[in-house]
Amino acid sequence: MVAASLLKSSFLPKKSEWGATRQAAAAPRPATVSVVVRASAYADELVKTAKTIASPGRGILAMDESNATCGKRLASIGLENTEANRQAYRTLLVTAPGLGQYISGAILFEETLYQSAVDGRKIVDILVEQGIVPGIKVDKGLVPLAGSNNESWCQGLDGLASREAAYYQQGARFAKWRTVVSIPNGPSELAVKEAAWGLARYAAISQDNGLVPIVEPEILLDGEHGIERTFEVAQKVWAETFYAMAENNVMFEGILLKPSMVTPGAEAKDRATPEQVAEYTLKLLHRRIPPAVPGIMFLSGGQSEVEATQNLNAMNQGANPWHVSFSYARALQNTCLKTWGGQPEKVKAAQDALLLRAKANSLAQLGKYTSDGEAAEAKEGMFVKNYSY
Amino acid sequence: MAMATVKLSSPATNLLAGGRTRRSAPASRATVIRAAAGSYSDELVSTAKSVASPGRGILAIDESNATCGKRLSSIGLDNTEPNRQAYRQLLLTTAGLGEYISGAILFEETLYQSTTDGKKFVDCLKDQNIMPGIKVDKGLVPLPGSNNESWCQGLDGLASRCAEYYKQGARFAKWRTVVSIPCGPSALAVKEAAWGLARYAAIAQDNGLVPIVEPEILLDGDHGIERTLEVAEKVWSEVFFYLAQNNVLFEGILLKPSMVTPGAEHKEKASPEAIAKYTLTMLRRRVPPAVPGIMFLSGGQSEVEATLNLNAMNQSANPWHVSFSYARALQNSVLKTWQGRPENVEAAQKALLVRAKANSQAQLGRYTGEGESDEAKKGMFQKGYTY
Repeated sequence: MVAASLLKSSFLPKKSEWGATRQAAAAPRPATVSVVVRASAYADELVKTAKTIASPGRGILAMDESNATCGKRLASIGLENTEANRQAYRTLLVTAPGLGQYISGAILFEETLYQSAVDGRKIVDILVEQGIVPGIKVDKGLVPLAGSNNESWCQGLDGLASREAAYYQQGARFAKWRTVVSIPNGPSELAVKEAAWGLARYAAISQDNGLVPIVEPEILLDGEHGIERTFEVAQKVWAETFYAMAENNVMFEGILLKPSMVTPGAEAKDRATPEQVAEYTLKLLHRRIPPAVPGIMFLSGGQSEVEATQNLNAMNQGANPWHVSFSYARALQNTCLKTWGGQPEKVKAAQDALLLRAKANSLAQLGKYTSDGEAAEAKEGMFVKNYSY
Repeated sequence: MAMATVKLSSPATNLLAGGRTRRSAPASRATVIRAAAGSYSDELVSTAKSVASPGRGILAIDESNATCGKRLSSIGLDNTEPNRQAYRQLLLTTAGLGEYISGAILFEETLYQSTTDGKKFVDCLKDQNIMPGIKVDKGLVPLPGSNNESWCQGLDGLASRCAEYYKQGARFAKWRTVVSIPCGPSALAVKEAAWGLARYAAIAQDNGLVPIVEPEILLDGDHGIERTLEVAEKVWSEVFFYLAQNNVLFEGILLKPSMVTPGAEHKEKASPEAIAKYTLTMLRRRVPPAVPGIMFLSGGQSEVEATLNLNAMNQSANPWHVSFSYARALQNSVLKTWQGRPENVEAAQKALLVRAKANSQAQLGRYTGEGESDEAKKGMFQKGYTY
């Protein structure tokens, strides 16, 4: 409702607003001049794209596995990691009929952004036709963080601006950057600040090049800590992240978040119910997320398909000041992949499995999901210790 | 429903430099950190909610003795304790005030004062379901190394001061620092303002008082509304970052921002709708929904302007209670009606109720502005105004 046009005109370069008038005789001029800060020329489009992705009953299909990770998926059903197989799998996903009813955005890996489907149509075009906004993973992966406690940092700022400009031309309208924070390793102050700063710089560059940044500091599930420790760390991480984004003049109406839910560590002795996960997670969001942010799209991070849906549903039992939804990879793809098994005659059944999960999560976004009729497969946890993407 | 303290028993965040090849537990065990709110968490949350209740706002009457003296002399009265008592009594014994007023900020003298009949002022307030609050800062002084800017003193002995005030019946506190756009503001001034507020907030909560967090961006200057927005976004970003670092419980604070308006000497005035749009944009970008209430200061606006602007901000639902904490914008007509004469007390109290009700309506988004007097429309901006 607040006009995006307001934002655009706010920051056009102007004549210096101060220094020109005489102040009281004794007051000296300050040493530094304030710089009028420009918001992106893409401001209106960013706001619109973010709102579209954050639309009621819809969420994101994350299918941006790197070639190596996609290889693991294919290997799990006995397929070789070839471009043709990756193309076949991604074609299966994006051509599921009516997918756009439940899915508002799809995150792609670079190869897929430039790929065509098996029938020759561009994958981005298929997505747009389905009403799904194409997104693109833009980070360059995790590497060891010097001076930390064996923690990681996320690379990708070098050349990011031109990379994103090219992706925009190819049809991408949002970007994604995933960094991680590890509770068993501290996390150290250094690792948290680096994660937050990297995300903020990436977000500013993305907006400058027309892509809505998805901001993803994943607090890994690994560890035996309880839910309160996760909560404490999450509060710290998000405080740093928003502070860094404000310093970088990121426009909050044109971003999306991809947090991990607040849960106990995977090896903690006490499990948490969906209601507890919802309570802690919503408390975190209320304390750290300004309402200008249009959408919060949770990652599933090793939860089973059904867990991920139940937890999301529990978070949507009352109205929230932001769209609270999903951006799931494994929790949407797992059963689909297994159903397909690489066999052409199984494509339709696999697509049905995908649609089933997409619809379940759509209902969860609306707070209307019930778990009657869920298959055992869908309830299997997918946590892998020390999982790397 | 609000979570009280977050109990923390966890490995430290203090870590070693490289050299270890396998994952190792951090070197030192953490001390358990209490959230600042500590044992008062539930009460803080409930006090904040009560002050942030629909259709109600704060009456700020915490003028220092010197400032109260200016008010009294404007109607020809000497600045004596009986006169200050008489004036505060007029305000605090107004029947039905509690329908529109949820909290009253007092100066220290007033917190310990009684009516001429001997009834404690804090009891007058409690009887009306009005939370007593107390100004706890020690005023503004020059900030060395800045561009002639100020900082707010008051952290020394603050904990024991707050504990005493709590015993006397106060349940919320207020600390006002300022930021000046004509002077920059410098990064130093902004950081000092934010850090001081955060430290005060943590100490206040530790002693049972809901802190009102007030970084006033002064109206002085000829800057446009967009410059105010830019500065406000910076100020609130710093404030929330430091509040988080100080483990302040967000469900147990209130904010007292200035509205986002052009500077007083800017060539164009802004309509209430424009002020609402810019101010709400700022709030949506900076204030997490855990904060129960945002109580705007009036800072030199006329009584009617302050009401119109608040009303414009409440034309649709907000994720926090958006209300008022007005001093001059509630008291101006009252003072002028009273003129220090006992026979005018009733009329003066009526004038207070008129303004309180108007702002109550504005909090609900239902203010119409019919029947407002000319007096109420007069601006109260004073260049270089000091409290």
